Amino acid sequence: MTAQLRPSLAACPACVAAPHDGVEQAPTEARLALSLPGIHCQACISTVERELNAHPGIHTARVNLTLKRALIEADPDVRAADLIPVLEKAGFEAHELDLAALAATQNDKAGRDLLMRLAVAFFASMNVMLLSISVWSGASDATRDMFHWISAAITFPAIIFSAQPFFANAWTALRVGRLNMDVPIVLALVLALVTSLWETFLSGEHAYFDAALTLTFFLLAGRYLDYRTRAVARSAAEELAALEVPRAIRLLDGDEYEVPVADLAIGDLILVRPGGRMPVDGEIVSGQSELDRSLLTGETLPVFAEPGLAVSAGEVNLTGPLTIRATAVGEDTSLHRMADLVAIAESGRSRYTSLADGAAKLYAPGVHILSALAFAGWYLYTFDIRTALNIAAAVLIITCPCALGLAVPAVTTAASGRLFKKGMLIKHATALERLAEVDTVVFDKTGTLTAGTPEVTNLGDHARADIEIALALAEASSHPLSVALTRAARAAGVKPAAVQDITEVPGYGAEGLYRGARVRLGRAAWVGAAQGSQTAAWLETGAGEPRPFLYTDALRPGAAEAVAALKAAGKDVLLISGDTTGAVEDLAGRLNISKWVAEALPADKSARVQLLADQGQKVLMVGDGLNDTAALAAAHVSISPASALDAARVASDIVLLGQDLEPIAEACGVAQKATRRIRENFRIATLYNVIAVPLAIAGLATPLIAALAMSTSSITVSLNALRLR
Amino acid sequence: MSVLAYLIPISLILGSVGLAAFFYTVRSNQYDDPEGDARRILNDEWDDKPKP
Repeated sequence: MTAQLRPSLAACPACVAAPHDGVEQAPTEARLALSLPGIHCQACISTVERELNAHPGIHTARVNLTLKRALIEADPDVRAADLIPVLEKAGFEAHELDLAALAATQNDKAGRDLLMRLAVAFFASMNVMLLSISVWSGASDATRDMFHWISAAITFPAIIFSAQPFFANAWTALRVGRLNMDVPIVLALVLALVTSLWETFLSGEHAYFDAALTLTFFLLAGRYLDYRTRAVARSAAEELAALEVPRAIRLLDGDEYEVPVADLAIGDLILVRPGGRMPVDGEIVSGQSELDRSLLTGETLPVFAEPGLAVSAGEVNLTGPLTIRATAVGEDTSLHRMADLVAIAESGRSRYTSLADGAAKLYAPGVHILSALAFAGWYLYTFDIRTALNIAAAVLIITCPCALGLAVPAVTTAASGRLFKKGMLIKHATALERLAEVDTVVFDKTGTLTAGTPEVTNLGDHARADIEIALALAEASSHPLSVALTRAARAAGVKPAAVQDITEVPGYGAEGLYRGARVRLGRAAWVGAAQGSQTAAWLETGAGEPRPFLYTDALRPGAAEAVAALKAAGKDVLLISGDTTGAVEDLAGRLNISKWVAEALPADKSARVQLLADQGQKVLMVGDGLNDTAALAAAHVSISPASALDAARVASDIVLLGQDLEPIAEACGVAQKATRRIRENFRIATLYNVIAVPLAIAGLATPLIAALAMSTSSITVSLNALRLR
Repeated sequence: MSVLAYLIPISLILGSVGLAAFFYTVRSNQYDDPEGDARRILNDEWDDKPKP
């Protein structure tokens, strides 16, 4: 089913022309995937499927509503770019997904495996429980023995199949001479089965077959919940990555070919259209434009680009088309070198011990000692191996960590589900626990606290006639500053002046003729003004000095609320940015952040985060750019917005799916609540043990008591977790 | 009590039929799109005759 990856490669002529490593083969069928964020009902499903199936060349198209995706099988020459307009005309937002990046979620073998084992454990435990209840309610002699034998016949194969994950984990731990949570589980299972079988042979009264199976079932349920939570987060994270289909336009003898970025080689000529991102490091050969470097350095002022300038992968081309010659591709680009920094910082995080690991460390040796003591004590008292072994098995089973196994996953599933609804994606298993400990929050500026879209600040200072001319010029350009000016002027009810012959000069601005005089809107140097410290577009009308329209970066929605709420919760809020001092000071003032650092290099950022960590503070880093990745990885826990660069998203523990920053403050609250619930759950589990263990050691525990203790503790723990919803 | 000789095997067989059915649904990808499948029942496109 995954015979052809990246089907549309072969659809472009360049790939056929380009030398291919390996045998060239033309696929007869292409597989495409589209993301459809807007679909929500039956009508959407049938419209999308009808539209797609009616399109020539498509064999089958099927919508998956859960994943909000359409999977399409089509002729190899059908391209996603042709299908998107079709769907947009029908009223659905559609984006192409890179199938190669989605491959991991497509066949979810591990999840399926766990589900099957869970089903078998459930089936077997219910059947054995039925038989056990008959025994507890008074079956005796031959009937009891028969029931025990039937139970044994069901239990052995069921446990051998279902409990495999525990056997495997325990074996890996034991082989390197360590103890983990699975060792006592396996020991309890094996001991329970062996003693029960022995008892059955001797027509004994108590057999723990049902306990062994319920134990397996509850523990598998915990594992499965844990797995599902992470699978959901992983698939959403993969979808974000798959939305950026890595393609570039290669120029070959004057013709344009669309090729995957991975196929680019050093020396290739690449065309980057306005709005496009540099796929590789290179040097500009022709064209003039402006570059947005904010994702790499954090500076908001666009950089003027002309032939000869070196560009790095990840920079965004703003105004005019640029042709660049690749100087470094793939792993050698500066983007990748920076991403490598992350891998180094990442290793530090694995030192964190999760609550579950901490509990297991206390618990595993404890049960073994307890059970061994019970065995030794009873053996010395009665000199009867059978009694001693039975009691040791009862102790192990009753202390077995059903509730412990469910305590953490049940809570994290509930908390992650709640945060996911708010638009937060918890990527890392222990992210919630770490988030709960946070006492310092470090924000990046550009793209994180600010939306990256400029806003005009001094529209009121200009004469109406000037604004009319500026609006006419701005409407002719797609530069972000022009777009912002158009929006602001239109909102103020201004109509454009009748400016003629408007032309956009890439990299400089727009000019035209108004009542016979030349008018210009653009860079300071172009209109003969001095460059100020603030982002500005200058208007020259021929009459008087050039006048600046000043810009400031618009705040991201919820930024002010998030900062205020975090401060109200008693957290230290810091702003560290690579932007100029003026811009950072202004923003810090607007958001009321007293501690800020400007003009920070990427290494400065991570060093400062490290310094805070060394002072014993638990740092939450929120950032989006490449210059933040090292800091994101060095922080105790990190959050990045969905608009962030891939490398930054990978480095962070939590991804914000929406535009709004407000959920950050709430997430801290939810995380603290979740950790509190986890601790409560541990206490509940311990409480049951405190009651049941003395009974087991005294030899009073029966399989009925074990079953009751196990089920009630597991159910209370799950219900307690549900209170979080 | 001799009725147990029938009842126990019957209950086990019925149980395993259910288990086998579950296995079949998991293996044939029937849990890939629970939300979509719940809505597709409202589709009136193939109401008259089954999809060929």
